[in-house]
Amino acid sequence: MSNRSLTLIIIPGVLVCSALLIIPLLLLFVDTIPEIDSPFSLYQDFLNKTFHQKILFRTIKVALITTIICIILAYPSAFFIALKGKRFKSLFIVIAVFPLLLSPVVRSFAWMVIIGKNGFVNDLLLWLSIIEKPIQILYTEFAVIIGLAYLFLPLMILPLVGVMENIEVDLLDSAKSLGASNQGVFFQIILPLSSSGLLVGSVLVFTGSLTAYTTPRLLGGDQAMTLSTLIYQNAMTLFEWDTASVIAIIMILITYLVMKIIGVLANRMNPDS
Amino acid sequence: MKNNHLLILSLSLVYLFLIGPLVIIVFSAFNDSEFLDFPPQTYSLRWFYRIFESEMFISAFQNSLLLSFFGALGALLIGLPAAYSLSRTNSKWRQPALSLFLSPVIIPGVVLGFAVLKHIVIPLEIETWTGLAIAHALIMLPYIIRVIVSSLSNVPVEIEEAAVSLGSTRMHAFLVVVLPNIQSGILAACLLAFITSLNDVPVTIFLTGPGVTTLPIQMLSYVEYYFDPTVSAISVLLMFLTIILMFLIEATMGLSFFTKK
Repeated sequence: MSNRSLTLIIIPGVLVCSALLIIPLLLLFVDTIPEIDSPFSLYQDFLNKTFHQKILFRTIKVALITTIICIILAYPSAFFIALKGKRFKSLFIVIAVFPLLLSPVVRSFAWMVIIGKNGFVNDLLLWLSIIEKPIQILYTEFAVIIGLAYLFLPLMILPLVGVMENIEVDLLDSAKSLGASNQGVFFQIILPLSSSGLLVGSVLVFTGSLTAYTTPRLLGGDQAMTLSTLIYQNAMTLFEWDTASVIAIIMILITYLVMKIIGVLANRMNPDS
Repeated sequence: MKNNHLLILSLSLVYLFLIGPLVIIVFSAFNDSEFLDFPPQTYSLRWFYRIFESEMFISAFQNSLLLSFFGALGALLIGLPAAYSLSRTNSKWRQPALSLFLSPVIIPGVVLGFAVLKHIVIPLEIETWTGLAIAHALIMLPYIIRVIVSSLSNVPVEIEEAAVSLGSTRMHAFLVVVLPNIQSGILAACLLAFITSLNDVPVTIFLTGPGVTTLPIQMLSYVEYYFDPTVSAISVLLMFLTIILMFLIEATMGLSFFTKK
């Protein structure tokens, strides 16, 4: 097909996306700058409130801890699935993909049942006489972290399995027979060869945790709010639309920054790709 | 050898973490008691009957289905020609256009929902239903584009050229030569898009209105007020649906798609 007609058939899509996506976002940004003399006054107002600072830091902290937990949990599993458990590989992948396709409401609700006041964990601890009355786990930062780690763990396992499939078992065996320790094998062979999957997984888990809405709403409630639940509260309950717009721009900025930083890291680790 | 045991142990714990909560949900759905206690004392199907007795979940599910149908239709209408164009060109516009089409995945859902509400739905006085359909088409588009572009890249340009050099028009060549070759890609794209639309909360929650809601939003507001196993029962039904969808994805595209992002 000629170049002109190829351009022609892409134009409707570009126009629709610009009209429905780019323009509303640009207008949102314009909303946050009411006066030319002090363009960032709304941002200053927002960031000056201790309540908002707390939520901003909590959101970043929760996303960071979730990412670290997912890395620690995913590495051994992905290694085993990719290199040792070849026979059951597809079964392990199916079990990791399944929760990913299931509604986040279902996945967060499951944890409400487990860590709720009369939930599974409290029942167990009471029965074991470790505690005397039910403890508050639901509606805490900790609950949000568990819920997010549960939500996003498959997104760390799957890319890691994808890259580790290409590691030759012989390579690890020869390193060992030449005297490398287990740590040596991990840090000098497995980690460098799986770094691209690690970075992809980290971007997905970190940005996912940063912007997740359902899990912080159901497991964090009003006690452990994040930027996503704060923007909803401001927009739909308090009708503070200026504040909501400021939060929206801050969320986009953070997401962009995180992707940029991890992109730079990826380039440094793998200059060829 | 000792290493292997440690690996197997950690793998088992991780997979228990992945499956355990879902097993607990299944048990609680068949629990006769009002409370979500585990393990249940007596079993019954009453919570399943409850779903079908109450109008709200059924109508919310119908809304979800209709929304994902019209959303997918809109996304395909824009996405199919765009994907074809993207897979057959090397122009300098290719990368920016691709980023534009994939951006609804990158932009935080709550931001997208709020932006569409504030600057599309309200100023243009769009009906709740139409606003939702537009937003769902937008969040489905990245999956449609990505899967169809990769499906098209497996169709050699030469077979199309051959049809054209033998006298076929471009459109006819696309319909009888290219389209049959990307059928399963289109189906897989629609399945992924359907799951995205069916599960979406952050975008949708800004755009639902009086009388118009979707299944996940209805479930979300229900569990905040009533803590009983009704939602467990719905969850079990959704798990069934998800298993069917997963088999269809495996048949059309292969689940290895998820390990190669």
